[in-house]
Amino acid sequence: MLHTLSIGELAAHLGGRQISSVEITRHFLARIECLNSALNAIITLTAADALAAAAAADRRLAAGERGPLLGIPLIHKDIFCTDGVRTSCGSRMLDNFIAPYDATVVARLKAAGAVMLGKANMDEFAMGSSNETSYYGPVRNPWDTAKVPGGSSGGSAAAMAARLAPYTTGTDTGGSIRQPAALTGVTGVKPTYGRVSRYGMVAFASSLDQAGVFARTAADAATVLKVMAGFDPLDSTSVDAPVPDYAALLSAPLKGLKIGLLREFFDGLESRNATLIHDALKIYTSLGASTVEVSLPHLPLSVPTYYVVAPAECSSNLSRFDGVRFGYRCDQPKDLADLYKRSRGEGFGPEVKRRIMTGTYVLSAGYFDAYYLKAQKVRRLITDDFRSAFQQVDLLIGPTTPTPAFDIGAKIDDPVTMYLNDIYTIGANLAGLPGLSLPCGFVDGLPMGLQLIGPHFSEGKLLNAAHQFQLVTDWHKHVPRGYE
Amino acid sequence: MMADWEVVIGLEIHAQLATRSKIFSGASTAYGAPPNTQASLVDLAYPGVLPVLNAEAVRMAVKFGLAIGATIAPRSIFARKNYFYPDLPKGYQISQYEHPVVSRGSLAVMLDDGTVKTIGVTRAHLEEDAGKSLHEGLANASGIDLNRAGTPLLEIVSEPDMRSAKEAVAYMKKIHTLVRYLEICDGNMQEGSFRCDANVSVRPRGQEKFGTRAEIKNLNSFRFVEKAIQYEVARQVELIESGGKVVQETRLYDSDKDETRSMRSKEEANDYRYFPDPDLLPVEVDDGFIATVRQTLPELPDEKAARFARDLGLSVYDAGVLSASREMGAYFEAVVAELGATHASHGGPGMATQGLREAGTAQRNATHASHGGPGMATQGLREAGTAQRNAAHAKLAANWVMGELSSALNRDNVEITASRVSPAALKGLLARIVDATISGKIAKDVFEVMWSEGKAADDIIEAQGLKQITDSGAIEGVIDAVIAANPKQLADYRAGKDKLFGFFVGQVMKATGGKANPARLNDLLKVKLGSLDA
Repeated sequence: MLHTLSIGELAAHLGGRQISSVEITRHFLARIECLNSALNAIITLTAADALAAAAAADRRLAAGERGPLLGIPLIHKDIFCTDGVRTSCGSRMLDNFIAPYDATVVARLKAAGAVMLGKANMDEFAMGSSNETSYYGPVRNPWDTAKVPGGSSGGSAAAMAARLAPYTTGTDTGGSIRQPAALTGVTGVKPTYGRVSRYGMVAFASSLDQAGVFARTAADAATVLKVMAGFDPLDSTSVDAPVPDYAALLSAPLKGLKIGLLREFFDGLESRNATLIHDALKIYTSLGASTVEVSLPHLPLSVPTYYVVAPAECSSNLSRFDGVRFGYRCDQPKDLADLYKRSRGEGFGPEVKRRIMTGTYVLSAGYFDAYYLKAQKVRRLITDDFRSAFQQVDLLIGPTTPTPAFDIGAKIDDPVTMYLNDIYTIGANLAGLPGLSLPCGFVDGLPMGLQLIGPHFSEGKLLNAAHQFQLVTDWHKHVPRGYE
Repeated sequence: MMADWEVVIGLEIHAQLATRSKIFSGASTAYGAPPNTQASLVDLAYPGVLPVLNAEAVRMAVKFGLAIGATIAPRSIFARKNYFYPDLPKGYQISQYEHPVVSRGSLAVMLDDGTVKTIGVTRAHLEEDAGKSLHEGLANASGIDLNRAGTPLLEIVSEPDMRSAKEAVAYMKKIHTLVRYLEICDGNMQEGSFRCDANVSVRPRGQEKFGTRAEIKNLNSFRFVEKAIQYEVARQVELIESGGKVVQETRLYDSDKDETRSMRSKEEANDYRYFPDPDLLPVEVDDGFIATVRQTLPELPDEKAARFARDLGLSVYDAGVLSASREMGAYFEAVVAELGATHASHGGPGMATQGLREAGTAQRNATHASHGGPGMATQGLREAGTAQRNAAHAKLAANWVMGELSSALNRDNVEITASRVSPAALKGLLARIVDATISGKIAKDVFEVMWSEGKAADDIIEAQGLKQITDSGAIEGVIDAVIAANPKQLADYRAGKDKLFGFFVGQVMKATGGKANPARLNDLLKVKLGSLDA
């Protein structure tokens, strides 16, 4: 079965001409056709374009070209602009928006011969931790369709877990790749801020947003990240540093690796979750790593800090959605003020409005110093905490989420409880660090994630550590029933 | 009434930087294209797009900072100024707020009475321009043209150092001159490339505390600046004297009615919610960059004026006028150089070596070429002649450039770089005054023909027989005839009516068709009238 193969295996089959890209593409399109309605993971299917791209890839293969992603399908989170294809960002505001250009991530993958099957559901404008804020309805977790898949890249995570594509893309502003990866039992990588171009990614919080990938394994993620990453002159915040060959770094032994256990992550951790993390640590110890407890005293301030910084930036970033040039426009506006009020009032959902209002408030005259400026100072302290921790250890390990996937509807009316779901993931965004979540076991039949956080530009080390873990465990091989 | 009040004015000047592309996108900044044809996805603020800073805009801002002796920030930061308006596609303007690239400079401004006043420049920062709303020709709708959106601006903020509308205009003109010298702004006020907001307040003379100010927005001519400030000052004084209070507000100047009107009060003012733009890195300017930019600085207006006064003996006023634009200075220097060159070739003793930095090539125009005149000496010219003669030549050239040439340029609305009389051609005319071939008065007639027909001075003088009569015998003959024909006037003159001297001059000139050399005529006439008297 093609959906059980890794990217490397698919590339080998394509390279050996045992199978065509069109056949692989047809297989996944058929799976989506059959399985997506129960999940609502894919909101735009581009079957005709996919088959055309697959045929083009086959011609390149026939001409002797080979590439790690040439002819292999994927699904993009609907936050990435895709030329000629609706880019909704999960919002009514952009329900009618056909992007006139490709995001850099999309363009790079396209150039590598990747075949886009369609676009994945997501929390509206990436604001959410459960994929319930989408204009297109909630995504369901393939492990239990009564549960959320996490968010905001819930569609991408669910699609990966259900094997609707060999890999999917996502973005992570406060945990939006790692948290849904954990809740759906797949591997998710959030690279260093600046490692992957943000150009063409609809902005939520510009200083935190980073594109990444969902894959079945760390090895697959390494292959994809190599293509996605790199300097982009169109993004001033992308970093002009060479991209390592992540795949080549996977096999390095972990002997001598120093792992830091974040005391703040384990304080009050639910016992079954804690047990899984400690089991994982035992495996790392057996692979030759040593562990040491480290403390990041300011880390508990991550969530309040994040919920000042991210809304502040989003309140400004989302000002361009005004009903004037693109996107939703209200019917028969009376005047300019009416056009703004109703276009935005009707086009945005409640969570987006909540964050715009929060962000507007914290930037207002008289509140700026007390909120925005203070949050920036705390952000600096958190970054410094991480920096000193990485003087002692090579990477940090802890849980990705406090709990497994929760019921759809359970937290949607309680934003603060919902926000606490990101308690372990937000720190890496505030400090711009790379993070990775990989499956490490089950609680109540639902997958749990182990989170690795490393210093800036240590994606290679994180992927290496995750890969070595996956060589000796099989948590990542578990597939939800019905999707095998 | 005004005697009791002191006026306090600060200006915020917006100079559009002459970059080819926009400050954060690759779209062209050219003026006048059909609406929205020069707006890229970045300018349109499409979802997902990001700004990338145009380094040329930073270079120009630094150049300005160096020219006013300002501090150049090693690190400056772009912030977002948030407000909703249809001509502002992102819903925020990217502008430097807390950390501008240029701060604490100053500028010497010459006032009408000849005194020089130093005006402080608080800061100059980079920002992007907005688009334009179009209300004409659309029924029940407004159009938006985003061609201008993202055009780089340098906002130059002065200290509240000006004390009258005239001072404000003098300062604004000085900045206008400077940005064109630096070639960082075309200075075109009709197209909005150079405009300002004026902060105006009044206070009782002797009071230290500033009065409440009003900000008059978007003044795009020197005349409007002067009139708007004058109106606003009168309004504020009248208001206070009648028991009212000035409120802090933004006002708009209506040039048709010559009045300012309230736009919005402080309470209605937007809370712009400034914060650092996370899409852009801090702008880092190192010493090497500054040194490179410093090397591109031209001779500045004040330096040029000082040199004209020092080396060419021009009056401070003339030196100021001739250095007010780079092009006029270059034209003037080219004329002086030509005159000097003529004299050097005539064998005058070499004396001063004058390095002319600016006599430009822009003046090598068609007129010049068609006349086949000698190539203009532009660089490192060796000027010959005595200092006095230099000064005399410079003064002559100055008078002509500021007088006849400027009048003709203004009258026909022609830029000096496109003058129909080239520096070489003008020199051809002035040389005939210097060698006394024609009088200054005749020269004005010749100039008009040069201007309208594009001919060389010598050709016109030759064809029209305008060559001055300098031969004493010929002039004496005419004088004798005139005296003989006017015995009554002669008698009256002798009786003490000195004014009649002019009558005799006029009669001789009339008889010679204006060609008698005036100085020679004067001398001879005095002798003749005197000798008859004796």
